[in-house]
Amino acid sequence: MIKRLIALALLAAVGSVFATLLFGYTPDAVLNLTARYYAEHTAADLGAANIVTAIVVTYRGLDTLGEVTVLFLAASIVGLVLAQGTQKKPRTPVPVGELLTTGARFLLPMILLLGVYVFVNGHLTPGGGFQGGAIIASGILLLLLADPLKHFSHGLISAIESVAGVIYVSIGLAGVFLAGGFLDNRILPLGTLGDLASAGAIPLIYSLIGLKVGAEFASILASLSETEEL
Amino acid sequence: MAHFAMATGFLLILIGAWGALTNRNLLRMIIAFTIADSGVNLVIIAVGYMHGRTAPILDSAVAAADAVQRIIDPVPQALVLTAIVIGVGVTALMLAYVYRLYEKRRSLDIGDFTELKG
Repeated sequence: MIKRLIALALLAAVGSVFATLLFGYTPDAVLNLTARYYAEHTAADLGAANIVTAIVVTYRGLDTLGEVTVLFLAASIVGLVLAQGTQKKPRTPVPVGELLTTGARFLLPMILLLGVYVFVNGHLTPGGGFQGGAIIASGILLLLLADPLKHFSHGLISAIESVAGVIYVSIGLAGVFLAGGFLDNRILPLGTLGDLASAGAIPLIYSLIGLKVGAEFASILASLSETEEL
Repeated sequence: MAHFAMATGFLLILIGAWGALTNRNLLRMIIAFTIADSGVNLVIIAVGYMHGRTAPILDSAVAAADAVQRIIDPVPQALVLTAIVIGVGVTALMLAYVYRLYEKRRSLDIGDFTELKG
């Protein structure tokens, strides 16, 4: 009881701070300096229609490389922690309904297609590599639900993941030599704003991120699904 | 609108913190953390919202020339995109660790793990 009271008092203190922030907040009427720079320069400099994508992939491209690395580390540690000391004994198959099996077979190609569409069009529409990768991983999750005994080749997943990562870094390095710096997208022609083949290397980089993120999420899901029932 | 979204975000953070402080079950604590995580994301997005403006995507509706007057702040959205992905990784890690802890002790009660208590 006393613990709950302490927790309540703590939350009341934090809540009062939040309330001060909330009532003192006035939304900006104009864009701040950073946002203004991005709004004014993205179209002319990078040729990307989606400004958020331009920030994520090019302006702050190094951060995104770091982010993908963090995700890779998380996926590896999940694999490491879960693989440790598990004995492989044959699992009893869980009966899966006809509806789920047929539905998965019917929906999986469409989910994968949607994922690819989302990351290929990342520089034009709301979406991109992370979202597309998550959609692809949701397709893998559906496959695992429909067939819990399905074994994914970890070799294939890590091959896709590593190849995408190596090409991603190579494109970044090509930017150092052919354009203005690491991960500069202007190594390819910018094209016209709004075309699929525009914005230089952004669609290429975001597709690679999509594959990488999809492979990382799939590896987390496969590790979680392969662990023994307790 | 921005205030409403921000209030919701702060409320989610408080709900998550309450859940993490009062629950004894590790899985419930993880769920509480993810709720607080969503709250933080919602607050950041709300900061970038500006009334009467549209999404930061240039197309036939928003010309590149008057983008400064028409779009909302794209930076918080890029930040939250990062935060969501890292949140997924952190949640997966927490779940994996809890799995190992359960395998060792056959318990999900935080009170059964006292190694770090002085």
